[in-house]
Parts: sequence; C-alpha cells; structure tokens
Amino acid sequence: MGTKILSNKFYSQMEKLEPRYPTKVALLLPALHAAQDEFGWLPPEVMDEVAVYIGIHPAQVREVASFYTMYNLKPVGKYHLRFCTNVACCLRGSDELVEHCEKKFGIKCGETTKDRKFTLMEEECLGSCGTAPALMMNDDYYENLDIPKLDQLLERLE
Amino acid sequence: MSAQSETLFIQHFKPSAKPLDYYLKSMSGYQMAKKALAMSQDDIIAEVKKSNLRGRGGAGFPTGMKWGFIPKQSKKPKYLVCNADESEPGTFKDRDIMRYTPHLLIEGMVIAAHAIGANSGFIYIRGEYVVEAKILEKAIEEAYADHYLGKNILGTEFHFDLTVHRGAGAYICGEETALLNSLEGKRGEPRVKPPFPAQAGAFGGPTIVNNVETLAAIPFIMSRGGEWFSKLGKIEKSGGTRLFCVSGHVKKPGVYELPAGSVTLRQLIYDHCGGILGDKKLKAVIPGGSSAPVLTADEIDVIVDIEPLMKIGTMLGSAGILVVSEDYCVVKLIKRITKFYAHESCGQCTPCREGCKWMEDILERIEHGHGREQDLGLLLEIADNINGKTLCALGDAAAGPVTSFVKKFRADFEAHIRGGKCPNA
Repeated sequence: MGTKILSNKFYSQMEKLEPRYPTKVALLLPALHAAQDEFGWLPPEVMDEVAVYIGIHPAQVREVASFYTMYNLKPVGKYHLRFCTNVACCLRGSDELVEHCEKKFGIKCGETTKDRKFTLMEEECLGSCGTAPALMMNDDYYENLDIPKLDQLLERLE
Repeated sequence: MSAQSETLFIQHFKPSAKPLDYYLKSMSGYQMAKKALAMSQDDIIAEVKKSNLRGRGGAGFPTGMKWGFIPKQSKKPKYLVCNADESEPGTFKDRDIMRYTPHLLIEGMVIAAHAIGANSGFIYIRGEYVVEAKILEKAIEEAYADHYLGKNILGTEFHFDLTVHRGAGAYICGEETALLNSLEGKRGEPRVKPPFPAQAGAFGGPTIVNNVETLAAIPFIMSRGGEWFSKLGKIEKSGGTRLFCVSGHVKKPGVYELPAGSVTLRQLIYDHCGGILGDKKLKAVIPGGSSAPVLTADEIDVIVDIEPLMKIGTMLGSAGILVVSEDYCVVKLIKRITKFYAHESCGQCTPCREGCKWMEDILERIEHGHGREQDLGLLLEIADNINGKTLCALGDAAAGPVTSFVKKFRADFEAHIRGGKCPNA
C-alpha cells in the first residue's frame, strides 16, 4: 500500500484508544467513525487503509460498515438531514416535514442535491420523542419542528 | 394531581455549565463510590438485591441478582458494559441522564465495576447521540483527572478504565449480545444464548450489561440504603422511582419521574401530561416502547409497572408511553411500526427477516385500500410464525404489536379493506 490518506490525527486518536480494548478489531467502529469524520463518507480506499491498520481483510471492513446505517458508503451533502419518521415523530407530523423538504430540494429521501449541499434521509427513532418531530442535521438535533421553523433553519444555511 | 413525591433524577435535569462542579456540590458526588469501595463485593450486591432495583432497559430483570451471576473465580477479565443504545421508539430518558448528570452514571459504573470485579468498562452509546457522547467523554476525562477513574481510584487499590464506544445506527444493538458483538468490532447480530453474558460476554469474559438508568440509580442506593430505595416503590418487587417517557398526542410530552407502581396510565396521561392534544378522545396507548402490544382507551386504569401491564397482555418495557388520539389512523401507525422492525431485523433468523417484511407489505396495502378480507388472518398467522421462533426478542417485538392492533382495532382494518380507504381521511 502506498502513501497513507488518513491523517496523523486519525492515527494518534487510534493509538490513544488501543490500550482500552483487548483486541485490535474492536477498534473497527471507532476507526470508521474517525475516518468518516475526515472525509464525510467512507471511500473504498479509506476502508482499505482502515483494514490495513486493524489487520483484517478489506471485505471484513465492508461487511461491518454496511451493517450500520450511519456509515456513509457514498458521498453525502454538506448538510445531511435525517428526519425521524418513527412513531412519536410520525404522530407529530414528520411526514409533512419530509414532504416539504423533498419538494423544496427537488429530491427524494435517500438522495443528494446536485450541488452537493443537501442529503435527505428518513431516520428511525432518534430518541427525541418528547420533543417530536425531530431532525438530525450532521451531528446536531433540531427538535419541536414545524414547517416555518424548518424553513427558518434551512434559510440560515450557507 | 397526586401529592408531591420524592424524585431522584429529574430535579437535576437542567443545563449545567460544569457537570462535575454541580455533581460534587449538589449531589454529594463520588461520596457513594468512596463508601462502596470500602465495602465488600458481597455486601454491595446484597444491598442492590435489597433495593428491588429492576433493569430499566426493558426486561426488568433484578439488578442485584444479575450481578450475582458473575463467577467469582473466573480467570478471564470481567467487563462492565453500560447499554446506552436507547433506541426503542418512544424512549428518551437515558439521553437526559447522560447529558445532565453524566457523573452520576460514571459513579454508578465505578460502584458496579467494584461489585462485580471488573477493571474495564464501556458505555455503548447509540451513534446518533453525538452530543451526549461528547459530554460523557468530557466527564470521563474530568473523572480521570480527579482519580474517580483510572488507577487507584480515590486512593484505593481499585482500578477501573471507562471508555465511550459509539454505535453507528442499528436498533438491534440495544439487544445485549448484539451490543457485545458491535463492541468487539463486528456486525451487531445477536448471539445464541446460552452462554449468557455473565458467563461469556465481551471478549469472552464474564460481563454485566446494564441500562443507563439502572446504573445511575446505584449511587442513590449506596447513599441511602437498599431498603430505603425499595420502599420508594409503591408496588411489590419494584423499588425506586421510574422515569416515564411520554410522547405522541399529549399536551405536555416529556420525561416524568414517579415512584414505581404509584400511577395509572390514566393519571399519567390526564393528570401529569395534561390530557390529549386538542381535548380529543384517546384512541390507543402503547405503554412500553413500540415493541409493547397496544392498549385501547378502555384499558388505561392500569398501574404502569411491570407485573400489572404483563397481566393485561402488554409490557412496561423501557417505559416509553406513546399516546394516540382518536383521529389518527391506527393502520398507518402499525404499518410504520412494522416497517421499523422490517428495517431493523438483522436478518439472521428467517421468521423475523421474512415475516417482518411480509407484514409490512400487507399492512401497506391495507392502509392504502388494497387489502383483502383474508389479509387479517394472514397477518395473525405470520405474526404467530415469528413469535418465539427467533434468537432474540426483535421477532416478538414485531409480532406482538401487529397481533394486538389487529385484534383490538379490527373494525378499523376492516373499514380500510371494505371501504378502500381510511375512514378518517
């Protein structure tokens, strides 16, 4: 394998975690999170480098990465919107929020706008049922939403 | 409104700029760990048994008894794992504990780790709780700096390392053996049991997996005793208070803390949560997260605790109470719930993998007016073919709600099938 594409920060983060786990493969989920933080998604060559670091077959990395919905196996937009549409949010009108966004962006759930600004997704329960409906955008939650609040939020985004 | 009762957690659920300062000053932070580290493991476990603390994650298993299952003579390293996956739809209490009182959880884990003889622990937190994971990481850093974690905790011989391990979006990882696989860097697929985690859990070592609220209750038990905690509960076999998560069509959704077994569903919905939005009529209540069989408006004079709910065919689960008003389509609701289980089935067991998807498809066509008369029988048959026939409880969690919705709201399903559309639409 040629030059490394994951940063020194990635490797120092992993080095710090290593003594906490009795096996190296246990670092796979933390490593995938850290790698995704750097690239916004998990390009194949990044997963290959994670495989080399952990010392497992690249297929094993893909097998695990594809099991979990939060690992992005294709690029996502600058703003990754994940609308909770599970029971509590659904009871509180999440369907209208999703529909509103689909119309506004001209895309369907699971798609990214052409300018790579927005990715729209439906999410299972976010654990924000008391403040439903809720949306997770990148790392943050936005709660007690309605269409005017959502529009306000989207207008502020660059 | 019922008389003011003692609460343990909820008065501390307020944004605090410095969780450690607050914890030390207002909650006698880490004094209980100090006390516990001077006690024998058996004495701590006996105290927890006396407290009648039952697991707050969903199964309600007595915590002290679970800790007692750890083999003392094991040569393999033991582990303590906190299940902070909180992904049962309708549940949002652990998030409050972690973001407002992270040190309470850490102290509970120090005590539990000492009790079971574990020197290593993990908080397995769902991937979506990014903010909460950061709060925990910062709190853990503070705890290391002040010798509440790490080597020679509080000047004793006891060592305990604690690490936050983030999940990455998989409901199934709330199931404890799936969680352990995920912790080990694998796909979150449940394991065949036995062996149970207490024998062979994380990395093959004896392991205790406890929910956030369960572990966060431990410092209170250490502080005021198992008997005191047990008496907080107003029903046999359930000690302490409970954090109820109420959501859906109530006027004041949120987390409510009340003594275990002290309140009926009706009181919770109408007295505490202000009744139904828009003063509409109540249609249905799901009392224990989306995996719990549904109740009708006539069934809410039941005490919200483990045994009373079990007696009427449902469960308390994670105490996530979902309230549905009269004008919401119950067919749409159970379709959404079933879609969730079909999406989250890990795919290992055929009845669950295939059955959930079939139930979703059938419910989808009924919802949109394309159902057939025989579909209701078919749904019940599929649910019956899943129930009890899978490695983990996800299959039962998908089947129970379908069966209960079809049986209790049959007229609504028939109206969709015969009328070709939702009668409410």
